[in-house]
Amino acid sequence: MARVVVDVMLKPEILDPQGQAVANALPRLGVTGIGSVRIGKRIELDVDGDVDLDQIREIADKLLANPVIEDFTIRMEEPAEVAK
Amino acid sequence: MSRVGVVTFPGSLDDRDALRAVRLAGGEGVRLWHDDPDLYGVEAVILPGGFSYGDYLRCGAIARFAAVMDSIVKAAGDGMPVLGICNGFQILCEAHLLPGGLTRNQHLHFRNRDQWLKVESTDTAWTGGFQPEQQILVPIKSGEGCYVADAATLDELEAKGRVVARYVAGPKSTGNHNPNGSLRDIAGISNERGNVVGIMPHPEHAVEALTGPSVDGLGFFTGVLSHLGAAAEVPA
Repeated sequence: MARVVVDVMLKPEILDPQGQAVANALPRLGVTGIGSVRIGKRIELDVDGDVDLDQIREIADKLLANPVIEDFTIRMEEPAEVAK
Repeated sequence: MSRVGVVTFPGSLDDRDALRAVRLAGGEGVRLWHDDPDLYGVEAVILPGGFSYGDYLRCGAIARFAAVMDSIVKAAGDGMPVLGICNGFQILCEAHLLPGGLTRNQHLHFRNRDQWLKVESTDTAWTGGFQPEQQILVPIKSGEGCYVADAATLDELEAKGRVVARYVAGPKSTGNHNPNGSLRDIAGISNERGNVVGIMPHPEHAVEALTGPSVDGLGFFTGVLSHLGAAAEVPA
């Protein structure tokens, strides 16, 4: 089994009010020097057998992300060890 | 009597209000089911407000793949009037029947209030009964109603008269007239042909004096019935 991770982010030109709200909360933690925060989604797909990246791209383009307002990236990841 | 379908998705809330609005306007409301591709001979379709599929992933993203949507996308391509209200507008954008998208309200708060709009396009299948520039009062209730599109798309919508309605201050209101940060104050748009309209506020909640802030919303429903009646009179 292989794990594919799809990261979905709002396009840079689309305002991310959630990220802004988080950025505005940082000074309350005493944190300064972080200019910008943007929030996206991480989607994990566990694929049986071989990974067909073209198929993953189609899934991401048609369902996981809305290309009008979002960008996505696809990468392979080793599944985490199951805790014993 | 013209038959207007209203789709119920899992999580739709305003389907009954939309059916009632159709009935009050003088049409016959027909319930359509998300999992049934049959449109039962309706002449127009409304995608109602609510939270289809719990707004999972993105608002409208999963509803777009419902069986009934394949039939609606095809019928819309053939010119059938389709109106998406609130969640229905989000579904129309996800289905690429309308350009752009709807994102989280800029201030992050859910907005529930009576909202003044200016009707800018009276050339659509749904807005022919309004006067150009007419100001109407209808409720808005949404958390992800911020309309966004790239500048070229916005320019084209404006140039082609496809901005159906904009948020305005109205005669009495003060303060911020734009309830969600929508670009260029856009509340509703149409496709190029004018048969598909998406609007964030809820005309179906402004059809009776008892429960609405006005009866201005009724114009959308009487408008499409007049449109269908006029279309029927044109010899084939």
